[in-house]
Amino acid sequence: MEWETVIGLEIHAQLSTASKIFSGAATAYGAAPNTQACAVDIALPGVLPVMNKGAVERAVKFGLAIGARVNPESVFARKNYFYPDLPKGYQISQFELPIVEKGEIIIQVGDVEKVVGITRAHLEEDAGKSLHEDFHGKTGVDLNRASTPLLEIVSEPDMRGSDEAVAYAKTIHSLVQYLEICDGNMQEGSFRCDANVSVRPRGAEKFGTRCEIKNLNSFRFLERAIEYEVVRQIDILESGGSITQETRLYDSDKDETRAMRSKEEAFDYRYFPDPDLLPMKLSAEMIAEIKKTLPELPDAKRARYMQQFGLSRYDAGVLTATKAMAAYFEDVMKGMQSVGAANAKTAANWVMGDLAGVLKRDGLEITHSPVAADKLAGLVLRIADNTISNKIGKDVFEAMWAGEGDADAIIEKKGLKQITDSGAIEAIVDEVLAANPKSIEEFRAGKERALNALVGQVMKGSKGKANPQQVTDLLKKKLAE
Amino acid sequence: MINDSLKQLSAALAAKKISSRELTQSFLDRIAQLNPTFNAFITVDAEKSLAQADAADRRIAQGTAGPLTGIPIAQKDIFCAKTWRTTCGSKMLANFIAPYDAQVIEHFNAAGAVNLGKTNMDEFAMGSSNETSFFGAVKNPWDARAVPGGSSGGSAAAVAARLCAAATGTDTGGSIRQPAALTGITGIKPTYGVVSRYGMIAFASSLDQGGPMAKSAEDCALLLNTMAGFDVRDSTSLDRPVEDYTRDLAQPLAGLKIGLPKEYFAAGLAPDVAQAVQAAIAEYQKLGAQTVEISLPNTQLSIPVYYVLAPAEASSNLSRYDGVRYGYRAPEYHDLSDMYKKTRAQGFGAEVKRRILIGTYVLSAGYYDAYYLKAQKLRRLIAQDFTAAFKQCDVIMGPTSPTTAFNLGEKSDDPVSMYLSDIYTIAVNLAGLPGMSIPVGFGANGRPVGLQIVGNYFAEAKMLNVAHQYQLATDWHARMPTLP
Repeated sequence: MEWETVIGLEIHAQLSTASKIFSGAATAYGAAPNTQACAVDIALPGVLPVMNKGAVERAVKFGLAIGARVNPESVFARKNYFYPDLPKGYQISQFELPIVEKGEIIIQVGDVEKVVGITRAHLEEDAGKSLHEDFHGKTGVDLNRASTPLLEIVSEPDMRGSDEAVAYAKTIHSLVQYLEICDGNMQEGSFRCDANVSVRPRGAEKFGTRCEIKNLNSFRFLERAIEYEVVRQIDILESGGSITQETRLYDSDKDETRAMRSKEEAFDYRYFPDPDLLPMKLSAEMIAEIKKTLPELPDAKRARYMQQFGLSRYDAGVLTATKAMAAYFEDVMKGMQSVGAANAKTAANWVMGDLAGVLKRDGLEITHSPVAADKLAGLVLRIADNTISNKIGKDVFEAMWAGEGDADAIIEKKGLKQITDSGAIEAIVDEVLAANPKSIEEFRAGKERALNALVGQVMKGSKGKANPQQVTDLLKKKLAE
Repeated sequence: MINDSLKQLSAALAAKKISSRELTQSFLDRIAQLNPTFNAFITVDAEKSLAQADAADRRIAQGTAGPLTGIPIAQKDIFCAKTWRTTCGSKMLANFIAPYDAQVIEHFNAAGAVNLGKTNMDEFAMGSSNETSFFGAVKNPWDARAVPGGSSGGSAAAVAARLCAAATGTDTGGSIRQPAALTGITGIKPTYGVVSRYGMIAFASSLDQGGPMAKSAEDCALLLNTMAGFDVRDSTSLDRPVEDYTRDLAQPLAGLKIGLPKEYFAAGLAPDVAQAVQAAIAEYQKLGAQTVEISLPNTQLSIPVYYVLAPAEASSNLSRYDGVRYGYRAPEYHDLSDMYKKTRAQGFGAEVKRRILIGTYVLSAGYYDAYYLKAQKLRRLIAQDFTAAFKQCDVIMGPTSPTTAFNLGEKSDDPVSMYLSDIYTIAVNLAGLPGMSIPVGFGANGRPVGLQIVGNYFAEAKMLNVAHQYQLATDWHARMPTLP
């Protein structure tokens, strides 16, 4: 039987507020345990939660960016359960009336675009951390993370494979950074996914029984976990078994998922509206004000790149995939204002090709590139004005990467300036022709390839500094004599 | 001196007839003498109180004193006060010291008042007799065989026995008004949101409200001036202009329309209480007020609604007492679940556990709609009863409690009969309205009777005026028990 995978994701994006969602304590990552937990976070008696307006604004931004309904009234609810890293014995979340409902986002898988529905996004607080190591059989509790603001983004079960799930997660990841509502740092847990996975016979209307895989904190783990889970479920079904609805954990060391708790063991969270926080009202004016602060979003940016720079849909898509890359590219273009958009494709190739390549090789983020955007613009300019060839450009780029200075200085110092003086080139051409009578013969016998060999010789003779087009033209002219 | 009004005490302090230290010491001496009998205080710390008194005396000397500077006030042990332990009447918090002041405490400190000690209360404010306190029952100063009411029974007894100049209480279903009635003092529960809940240990968040308990309406007005005020740390606190609650005290009552809910004078009301309340209403008529019969048809629903909603909120509010971070932890346990169970089994008393169980039940999947949601709907109906009633009258009057103080142990084994003693007060919390109780005489057994006055939202100044005019014409509020 042919099976179809059905995936819905729940993404927890930590909102980038300086203080917590219900208290004034700092949210900075990596502080010594329990140094960023105030009376409210520790849940001492008598203290009360106070809504962080910054978290609300960020949630509204997200809602507006995905074309969702931003509810004029939403309600905070208590999700009750006991755990040592949950100080109040309940988590303040949103249940029946979330702040954001019914949005959508376009994802791209290969050349195919797909719309994924977003059921809801709601505000909630994070829990602390239980530390099971280094306490001699006891458990330590660090409440620094307690009450950190989260936006939980719940998708519709619209994805049909791990590739779509990853594309969706990456798109959301990019969007929240575009919006500057989340730093997107997955290592620090600022962006994590739970995946609801089920399979059904292709063509079936009813969804299969789903399993929820918790806490996937990298795109790779998301992909691996889904792939493992799909195979596991198909194996069970094909051998006549049935899927038990349960929560599973992905073990990245073993590359497998394993059961955490079944539906029967699921908690009764006893949700009810939090009487300490009145229903949250958002005025149309406030939402309109926030709308004004929205940055250019990836789709709009891509369209602009195509229009303004004449880039292909693909190139524009790659360049706008992350806010950081788009910002870098735009800085390069700014540095090349003197030559206008004509060389945008060259600049794009450099950013997507050579730069992206070495960044990946050296494990660097584009924001930490040793070659700043204005410096790369300096290099592209020299290629655009034929001072150097694209090939020499690569050497110059490596030198820039190694910190040897900007493009002009390196070209000057290493004498890499392209030879455009036709007299100088002619001398080399004559030398090469004299030394290669066989190639001349072959060319005249109709072997076009022989010309390439001669061009190569001349370029070699010029140490790569001759303009290849000029060399080709001159050779053709001489050979025709 | 012990029977003086706050105004008189303040004048005596200003005139240097007495120092705050002397005044504080005299109350401390009285506490030392009488508290072993009445058990009104959980914590007394003479050193701390006298240090505050000395600071107040300096302020008085500098001429920067306010109306409460140097006045010794007893604080219900539900208000967190830095350096003072705050137990909430529970073993769970028997050694808890908060690193912050409740807003109410901050306001009293800023006013230069002296914290005279922390008063006894039903555990986590759950009770109507003060018998659920981990620190033992409080006895009624009018008759030590009787309960003082609850949950602010310690504050009520302390005021009644003149162990303090005034006290604070909190009221979730009648916890200021019922003990005020049972001990013959005056107490007011303001409109929900007028007094900040910050630092006031939560029982049922949507109902809890702090307020003053004192010898007279005038004293209560002065205290409320200090207690009230917006607080950004409490999202349910109301951002309203500051009011002077004494401003209308002197207004004559001619033309006042008093609504008398027929449901409050029906079966279940003890004849001696009815008699005293009727006499008080007759006095009001003499003062120029008119009465009109009104109806609050959903009165009988208020107890079942309250005993769904309050336990629901409480079951969640009390989850933080888990033995992990502070408070009581069972000495022996074998795993996490066992630690939770033993800690909470040992740390909470029977009434608290009963309400946690009820609250957990009504919030459970499958029961939520039938209980919690239904109760929320009825809560709105109960509030609408009052809205309709206030179209016909300025204030509503009736008995605060159906009986005078009952005997210790009398209702301990019968929680429903205990719950019924709050029949007239609970609806006021459900509606979020202000309510107060003033003493209007004594029952057949010589125990005090209270009259409840309910006002519309933010009508505190009016209610205090209504109470004050009565107290100008009568002396029930000035009577005090004969004590050793």
